Amino acid sequence: MIQRRTLMRASGALALGASPIKAFADTVTLPIGNGERPIVKYPQKRPMIGLTQRPPQLETPFAVFNENVITPNDAFFVRYHLANIPFDTIDPDTWTLEVKGKVNKPLTLKLADLKRMPSVELVAVNQCSGNSRGFSNPRVAGGQSGNGAMGNARWKGVPLKAVLDQAGLQAGAKQISYSGFDGPVIDKTPKFVKALDIDHARDGEVMIAYQMNGADLPVLNGYPIRMIVPGWYGTYWMKHLNEITVLDKEFDGFWMKSAYRIPDTENASIEPGTAPKSTVPINHFNVRSFITSVADGAKVKAGPTTLKGIAFNGGSGIKSVAVSTDGGKSWTDAKLGQDLGKYSFREWTLPVTLAAGEHVLQVRATGNDGKTQPDKPGWNPAGYMRNVIESTHVTAA
Amino acid sequence: MKRFAFALAVAALAVPALAKPINFELPAETATFKPGPNLDIVQGNCGACHSADYIKTQPTGPKFGKDFWQAEVTKMIKVYGAPIDEKDIPAIVEYLSTAY
Repeated sequence: MIQRRTLMRASGALALGASPIKAFADTVTLPIGNGERPIVKYPQKRPMIGLTQRPPQLETPFAVFNENVITPNDAFFVRYHLANIPFDTIDPDTWTLEVKGKVNKPLTLKLADLKRMPSVELVAVNQCSGNSRGFSNPRVAGGQSGNGAMGNARWKGVPLKAVLDQAGLQAGAKQISYSGFDGPVIDKTPKFVKALDIDHARDGEVMIAYQMNGADLPVLNGYPIRMIVPGWYGTYWMKHLNEITVLDKEFDGFWMKSAYRIPDTENASIEPGTAPKSTVPINHFNVRSFITSVADGAKVKAGPTTLKGIAFNGGSGIKSVAVSTDGGKSWTDAKLGQDLGKYSFREWTLPVTLAAGEHVLQVRATGNDGKTQPDKPGWNPAGYMRNVIESTHVTAA
Repeated sequence: MKRFAFALAVAALAVPALAKPINFELPAETATFKPGPNLDIVQGNCGACHSADYIKTQPTGPKFGKDFWQAEVTKMIKVYGAPIDEKDIPAIVEYLSTAY
C-alpha cells in the first residue's frame, strides 16, 4: 500500500477500476505544490479526484485515459462555476429550451421535441480551459487541475442550426447568447452566460446534445441537454441548457467580456508574470498529446514494450505523433489508431525497447493545420491552454 | 361499456403528464476551513457562495501571501459581487494569508 501511495504521489495517476486492489486511497497527490486531493464518490460517477465540493468540480483519474479512447460517462470530469444548482427540480418531461430574441418565431422546445428532430452524432473532446492549470509556472489562482479536466465522448443530439432554422433568424442576427438552469448564489454574481458568433452557431457541427456515449447525459455533465461546441474549450459547452437568445449585436456579459480571455498572442502565451496587452475570448483547443500507458515515475521492465497514448487538437485533426525515449534528442513516428473524427482523441502506439536505466519519454503531436506542441511551456495569467510537450520519467529494470 | 371506455379515455387525456423531477442529491459537504484568526467572518462571507476547498487548493508559498489573498478578496467583491463589508476585508485577508 505504501508503495502504491508512493507511485500515485509520483505520477498523479490512479489506476482505479483497472486495479486489482479493491480498496482505494482516500487521497491522491497531484505532482504540483499543494496537490493533495480527496478521492470522492458522487452519484453516477466512479471514484474521482475531488477539486471542490460547492459548486462541484471533479477531475478524471489519469489512468482512465489508458482504458479507452472514449472516456466513460462515470469518469468524465465535472466543472461548475456557480453553486445555485437546483438538481431536484430537473424534470425531463417538463424541461424546456427557450429560443428567443431576433427570431421570427420564438420557440419553447421540450426534450421530446428535440428527440423528434433528425439527430446527429459526433465524437468530440471536451476540455476545461483551465485543464493542467496546476502546472502553470509561476502558479496562478483558479481551479488547480492536473491533466484530468478533459474527456472524449460520442455525443448525440440535434444540430443547433436546425433549432435556429426552425425559429428563423431575423436579418442582422450577429451572435447567440445561451445559458443553463444553474445560477449564482447571490444576485450580484453574473449568471454564467456564453456567446457564439452566428456563423459558428449555424455551422451544423455545434450541437444540442441529449446523449453521451449512448446514454442520457450524467446529471453532473448537464442532464438533460447541453451545448457541444466541437474543438472549443468547455466553457462554451453549457450544461443544463434552457435558454438561447439571438442577438443583433455582440454579447457583452461578464463571462465573455471579462472572464475566459486569452492574450492575443501566439499560443496565448506571454512573458510569465506580466499582463497581456490585448485579449480575445478563449476559443479552439491547441494541440496536445499524452502517454497513457506508463505514468510519470513508474518502474517498467527493461526490454521491448509498446507505448500508448492519446492526441487531439481543435479540429484540424491529428496528422502525426512522434515519440522520444531519449529526452527529445531523437523522435520516431508513432502509429495512429482508429480515426473517430477530427474532434476526437486519436490513439497512438509505438513499440520501443527500453534498456535498463532511467528514461525520459516524450510525445509530440502535429495537427493537419501544421501546428505542433512547444518544448517550453507557455504562460498566461489565467493558466489556460497548457500544451507543452509532456515528459514521462521512467526507470527500466 | 363503450361509453365507459370513452369516458376513461377522456379522463386519461385530461390528466396532465405526471411531472416527476429526478432524484439527485450531492454528497454532504465535508470541506472545512482551517482554524485561524477571524474564522467566523470568513465562514460567513466566503462560505456563503463556495466551499472551503476553493481556498485550500490554491497555490501556497512565499509568493502567495497577503498580496495574493488581497487580490482574491478584491476579485470576489468587484467581479463576483460578494457583499463583504469593507471593514471585514483586512480580517479576511489576515485569516487567508495566515491559515493558507
